[in-house]
Amino acid sequence: MRPADRALLLLLAGVAAFTLCFADAARLRGAAGADEAERTRLVAQLRLTDLALFTEARYTRHPSQADLHSAFQDHPLAFEHFPSGSLIGPPPGLVQSHSKVGGDGTAIPAAEVSK
Amino acid sequence: MKLWLAKQRYLIDFTLASLARRKARNLGLLFVYIVLVFMLASVTLYTHALRQEAARVLAASPEVILQRMVAGRHDLIPPGYQERIGRIRGVQKVEGRLWGYYYDAVTKANYTFMVPAENAPAAGEIIVGPALERARGLAKNNGISFRSYSGKLHTFIVAEVLPQASELVSADLVLMSEASFRAFFDYPAGHYTDIALSVANPLEVRNVAVKLAAALPDARPILRDEVLRTYASIFDWREGIVLALLSAAILAFGILAWEKASGLSAEEKREIGILKAIGWETGDVIKMKFWEGLLISLTAFLIGFVAAYVHVFHFSASLFEPVLKGWAVLYPRFQLTPHIDGVQVATLFFFTVVPYAAAVLVPIWKAAITDPDSVMRS
Repeated sequence: MRPADRALLLLLAGVAAFTLCFADAARLRGAAGADEAERTRLVAQLRLTDLALFTEARYTRHPSQADLHSAFQDHPLAFEHFPSGSLIGPPPGLVQSHSKVGGDGTAIPAAEVSK
Repeated sequence: MKLWLAKQRYLIDFTLASLARRKARNLGLLFVYIVLVFMLASVTLYTHALRQEAARVLAASPEVILQRMVAGRHDLIPPGYQERIGRIRGVQKVEGRLWGYYYDAVTKANYTFMVPAENAPAAGEIIVGPALERARGLAKNNGISFRSYSGKLHTFIVAEVLPQASELVSADLVLMSEASFRAFFDYPAGHYTDIALSVANPLEVRNVAVKLAAALPDARPILRDEVLRTYASIFDWREGIVLALLSAAILAFGILAWEKASGLSAEEKREIGILKAIGWETGDVIKMKFWEGLLISLTAFLIGFVAAYVHVFHFSASLFEPVLKGWAVLYPRFQLTPHIDGVQVATLFFFTVVPYAAAVLVPIWKAAITDPDSVMRS
């Protein structure tokens, strides 16, 4: 076999393996359907709001529920205690202007609230 | 067409022979290239799958959670608060949630104690999450004692362990009855941790939240959309951190590839000169080099991507797991469901294959249009 044919065959094998990744992903998704349904059922039944990824502090266990001061709970310039805090990033409210913080600490603009 | 194909095959033959003459250098480049694609694809596949998992699972979370804030801090919901919410039009269901944290000195980990709205265990019984079951070596019908914040020891019987499949959301949960919860935490009667709301019309969620914020100025409504956005941004942040760490490797590869692609060695220049002298056209030389760039970059992309897929979804991303997952004493064990984003794969392909294939062509074109005699002499 000529080197060009060998190279093209290898490339074709690579493309086939690449396509197989997508087929395998679809197969695994199908197989995981029951587990996913179980997770979703539990979230709905218990009214859960967060993934149980980091349990060491309330703002890492429930990042979506943390108040805006929780990461700096000791004093305003306190350093972060927990390593996972460096992995999950500051809550979006902290990097926004503080004029939006308070009763409308969520993404609802103050103008809409006063309507 | 047949002639064109035959010509391309001869060009590839020649390209492979030319690559084989500088075997060590080209194999080294190919290896580094594959490792780079592997790392980038692993990070992309993992974070996308995790983001998708969070989005799908949390899509079933409450439409609105209402917290009460006192001095910028989360506070308990006093009695009478729920009745005021119930009067707001569009609110379908108002449920007080009871939950809190407990630090267990034995495992040095925090648990989330919670009262389920339905199917709560009997008083004195608990249902535990799978990570807690592992950490404390628990099983059904075992007894376990927790010392409450008032110093009193409370003993519970494990009525059930939550299924392993739900571990991503339930690893540290301890479910108990309302009576047990209030007794354990000395929770004042009629008070709740926060409120879960459901809204009759999903399109009205935002309006209801605006009304809530106006009617209860000390309340902070958290919409489901915000929860989903929080998780999307958490994993974007994580992906960004890993990519920042990898940027040194990407830069090093960029320099290597640029050096290889833009600066032709004397040997390569002589080779081009000879080819032109024996009758090759400029187009043929460029085609040959195009094949060289395409063969190397496509091979690296295909091998790197397939290896990354197997690494992430069949070996649980063991190489990057500590950085991508983070850590905790009670970390959930979970297997990610593969979700491949076509746009991300296309972006990865574009930024890894195209620049290299293009960078190879420019210097070759410059060398190929110069006089063969001067190229060979230089």
